[in-house]
Amino acid sequence: MLLQQIVNGLALGAVYALIALGYTMVYGILELINFAHGEIYMIGAYLGILLLTFFTTVGLTQNHLALSLFLVFIGSAVYCAGYGLTLERVAYRPLRHANRLSPLISAIGMSIFLQNYVMLAQGSTDKVFPHVLTSEPIILLGVPVSPLQIFIILTSILLMTGLHLFVKKTRLGKAMRATAQDKRMAGLVGVDINRVIAITFVIGSVLAAAAGVMVAIYYGLVNFFIGYVAGIKAFTAAVLGGIGNIPGAMLGGFILGLVESLGASYISSEYKDVFAFLILIVVLILRPSGLLGEKISEKV
Amino acid sequence: MDLNLKFLPLTGLSVWIGLLVLPFVGFRQAALIAAAILFGGLLWSAAIRISRSARRSPRIRMLLDETERFIRTLVARRPAARHPVFLFGIVTGLLIIGPLGMNNYMIDVLTLAGIYIVLALGLNIVVGMAGLLDLGYISFYAIGAYSYALLSTRLGISFWAALPLGGLAAAAFGVVLGVITLRLRGDYLAIVTLGFIQIVHLVLNNWDRVTNGPNGILNIGRPAIGPFVFSQPIHFYYLILAIVSLTILAVNRLSRSRIGRAWIAIREDEVAAQAMGVDTTRLKILAFALGAFWAGIAGVFFAGKFAFVSPESFTFFESVIVLSMVVLGGMGSIPGVVLGALIVVILPEVLREFAGYRMLVFGAALVLMMVFRPQGLIGNPRWRIELRPPGEDLKTQGRSSVNGGADV
Repeated sequence: MLLQQIVNGLALGAVYALIALGYTMVYGILELINFAHGEIYMIGAYLGILLLTFFTTVGLTQNHLALSLFLVFIGSAVYCAGYGLTLERVAYRPLRHANRLSPLISAIGMSIFLQNYVMLAQGSTDKVFPHVLTSEPIILLGVPVSPLQIFIILTSILLMTGLHLFVKKTRLGKAMRATAQDKRMAGLVGVDINRVIAITFVIGSVLAAAAGVMVAIYYGLVNFFIGYVAGIKAFTAAVLGGIGNIPGAMLGGFILGLVESLGASYISSEYKDVFAFLILIVVLILRPSGLLGEKISEKV
Repeated sequence: MDLNLKFLPLTGLSVWIGLLVLPFVGFRQAALIAAAILFGGLLWSAAIRISRSARRSPRIRMLLDETERFIRTLVARRPAARHPVFLFGIVTGLLIIGPLGMNNYMIDVLTLAGIYIVLALGLNIVVGMAGLLDLGYISFYAIGAYSYALLSTRLGISFWAALPLGGLAAAAFGVVLGVITLRLRGDYLAIVTLGFIQIVHLVLNNWDRVTNGPNGILNIGRPAIGPFVFSQPIHFYYLILAIVSLTILAVNRLSRSRIGRAWIAIREDEVAAQAMGVDTTRLKILAFALGAFWAGIAGVFFAGKFAFVSPESFTFFESVIVLSMVVLGGMGSIPGVVLGALIVVILPEVLREFAGYRMLVFGAALVLMMVFRPQGLIGNPRWRIELRPPGEDLKTQGRSSVNGGADV
């Protein structure tokens, strides 16, 4: 029972961590809570279901399961990247020099817009997909574990490692770190700020798409409002780990997933969504810089 | 020609958007949306070109000036424009006598608009004056409504006693939220208040013993004076009219007071305000409490009017609706906020057949207002100065401060 819940928590946490990375990267560079990021995840999940349905109708899923899953991931990632780019260009770039409140309100507006756009286009009921993937539980250390959960955990660890290496080792990653430290200085030494910001949004959106597709496959259904709650929780994970800090977002995601999974089974499932918010409030009061974040004094 | 140059990026944009929406809406609709963007954009750029070249031509310029002068003299000759007291009299008279000739549906819409005006004015204290983005504002509305619902059904307390009590209960929660969040900066504050509304919603839904869960509380007592019980829509209209007038009066006095000026100072630069001796902690909590107070009053009225409350009325979306009223009308501007509330309530009633697009339009409106007209429809002059994007010389001087220690 306990071990089972831990695996559930880790799978849930992996999803939160992937979404949290998008929040934390954008916050690191723009100091902006991208409220619409949860909606990108929701769009990714929808595309996962839509593409899977499409591939099943044309018969690809039945014959080449791995290939069709791969194509679903790629397709969803490309689309989410497109949405992320458009979002940045339309709602955030024109407000980069405005006062603090403006981009926040714009972000909330974008989130509401995207939610309702998907609702109007796809209906407000659950979009269901019949399970194609046989999820015969594997017995792991005497506990039945769904192979999909293992898949989710492994895929997200792979993606996160990739991101970590990208940010630490590549030239572009260095440009991103420079931009996060000081946009103006980075611009002076030849970093194309607009490009770096756009790439940040693309990477965040791709990770959110991966999370969305995995959730869609795992539960076999999506709804237009899943991005809202998942978004707040992922943001909580980012704050818990220390906002702007990439390993922190991963750690925060896994911790949050575990707390929620264990809290739901041992304390109360009705109030499962409250745990995340309570953690958020407690962390913000006691340690606003998060677990791994450095203390930042506000600039005047 | 300029028009030809605009054609290429517009085609690009419409193809891009068309591709983005394709998997969600299908081929036909995607093509329609793309075409709408292309033609709309072309029309728009053509209209701008024509108006620009027209303004350059001396004859049309003269005509425009002449018209403007004519309108000015016309307005100046009207007694109403010269005497604000006279104008005030006309408006008051219309508000009192006007609804007598309306049907119940129209009166109900106006009453609803009244509730939202009180809510929007309260949120305006927090967001518009003090510059604190509170996304959980509706939770105070819920606290006011549930306070009256419980006081009335459990203890039989009258509406008039509950009105201040509900306001005070909401204000008390406002103080609690204010104390919790006072160390947080703007964007963190937004997300914590978002969490707060979520918690309130969950508690209302699950604490069955007190709130009766999703079924809500029925048979809440209606307001009464002696033997006269408020029952007709028009009765509630006059009641909310009185509450709205009181709110406008109070908020207006507040905005001109020492407290109001201190809030504006905090909004514009918290550190500078603190350095000038403004007690920022106390004033931020006060902003939360006073904003929440009005939401509580609106909540009590809501419960009295409908005699029924349920958690469904108090969601994050309601918060967004009230926020869009404040943003649309103009943050910090009292006439602007009143206008914003009227537009947001009455427009969807007029455009009934597009009811499904309501939230879509509000979301888009929030983005568009921020990008093109951040000061709102009737902006507060002070906001106008602050929200204007700084000029080129200012742009290079900072505002781009990014935290140094953050590691991406």
